[in-house]
Amino acid sequence: MKRIYLDSNATTPMRPEVSAAMIPIFSEAFGNASSIHWYGQQAKSLLDEARQQVSRLIHAEPSEIVFVSGGTEADNLAIRGIAETQKARGRHIITSKIEHHAVLHTCKDLEKQGWEITWLHVSGDGLVDPQDVRRAIRPDTVLISIMHANNEIGSIQPIEEIGAIAAQADVYFHSDGVQSTGKIPVDVKKLQVDLYSTSAHKIHGPKGVGALFVKKGTTLKPEMTGGGHERNRRSGTENVAGIVGFGQAAKLAREGLETETARMLLLRDRLESGLRERIPSIHINAEKAPRLPNTSNIMVDFAEGEGLVISLDLKGVAVSTGSACSSGSLEPSHVLTAIGKTPDEAHGSLRFSLNAMNTIDDVDYVLEVLPGIVERLRELSPHYRRA
Amino acid sequence: MAYSRKLLDYFENPRCAGELPDANAIAEVANPICGDVMKIWLKVADNRILDARFKTQGCSAAIATSSYATEMIIGMDLQQARAITKEEIAEALGGLPPSKMHCSVLASDAIRAALKDFA
Repeated sequence: MKRIYLDSNATTPMRPEVSAAMIPIFSEAFGNASSIHWYGQQAKSLLDEARQQVSRLIHAEPSEIVFVSGGTEADNLAIRGIAETQKARGRHIITSKIEHHAVLHTCKDLEKQGWEITWLHVSGDGLVDPQDVRRAIRPDTVLISIMHANNEIGSIQPIEEIGAIAAQADVYFHSDGVQSTGKIPVDVKKLQVDLYSTSAHKIHGPKGVGALFVKKGTTLKPEMTGGGHERNRRSGTENVAGIVGFGQAAKLAREGLETETARMLLLRDRLESGLRERIPSIHINAEKAPRLPNTSNIMVDFAEGEGLVISLDLKGVAVSTGSACSSGSLEPSHVLTAIGKTPDEAHGSLRFSLNAMNTIDDVDYVLEVLPGIVERLRELSPHYRRA
Repeated sequence: MAYSRKLLDYFENPRCAGELPDANAIAEVANPICGDVMKIWLKVADNRILDARFKTQGCSAAIATSSYATEMIIGMDLQQARAITKEEIAEALGGLPPSKMHCSVLASDAIRAALKDFA
């Protein structure tokens, strides 16, 4: 069967160049970068190169990159690392209601430990108002954590404005950049972030590796203690193959950023306008917000998201949904709830997320099969009346 | 999602979908947990279900279990139909993941609701 992958905010396939760069590491350049012999030094120079490649993608200094196991660890290290070092100064954190679970659940955990968390509302288009951030700052606020781009609806937050507010108030600022890195230009200096999380597998790199940007001069308590790797910020023998793959993926993402962004926008617009023409009563979430070029989250009236996902899967198309019916918790997506959607509306949500390897044919195949699927499910609905 | 072939078949090719113009027992139930909705039409005579149809707005498991249960009760007497449990329906379709067990409640609830005015 023809198979089309349109769930790239979940993960992406590795580019062949990435796996090609990784393969020799496993059995040839296998050294431990902490060893002083030839093998160790070979591994160390590979790490140095990858560190440079990743730092360039987000305009950081190589020394400001801490390699970790992925986005979740980067978020945990940033939030818990600052919380631990700053708790004498204050125990208040500002974040938003639409953060990824890695931030959400970390902040909830701190809340249980006695921290006060301000959960900022977002607009109907999924945007945090920087003035809300300003108003939420208190003398005991030690950290602001606002994601750069949302994984479900793709809305891009005004990080530069929030960064300026945080800098002025002298509060640490972390942004989860897992979805934005490699999809839109990122310059950590312009954004004025102190900490920025990234992940390799969202940009055609391997799973199990990510990085936290830690601005020079930031004190962070490590989560992992041991041999003092990564400038004492993350102990544990480096995942050299993974990091080399991340470096390659970052290099390719940087080189292709302009052309790929333009191409993905073209594909996404073709998808959205095509679906609008062919399917009545659909709505595009965060449509008016600045949005990731690869993400399209739509809501289909009188159809249920999980049924749509399974139907598309049976036709070879992989997408995802924020419907309660697809989650173990039976709650609709917290992001759709936060932008004001009722459980009923969230019921019919469908997320398409493209990557650099998708083609016009992929989009056209969705345009060919989805209208029939929606029509079939609507015909089964007791509430649907054909217009 | 670990669905059986049989369940996916009932989802893709639902039996007994649609409305029943001469139905004399009709009910609509909603699942308060996930928001799925099922409507059932039954034609009842002499303590027996002569015909049945359904419409469901919900996930694949909800649609498949609705279809299976609707097909299953045709020809049953009312006591048998009322006695159908969510476990029975789920089992017949190869089992449901734990988080999906509530889907099959929809069908058993709808059948009992439609029959509530019959002795």
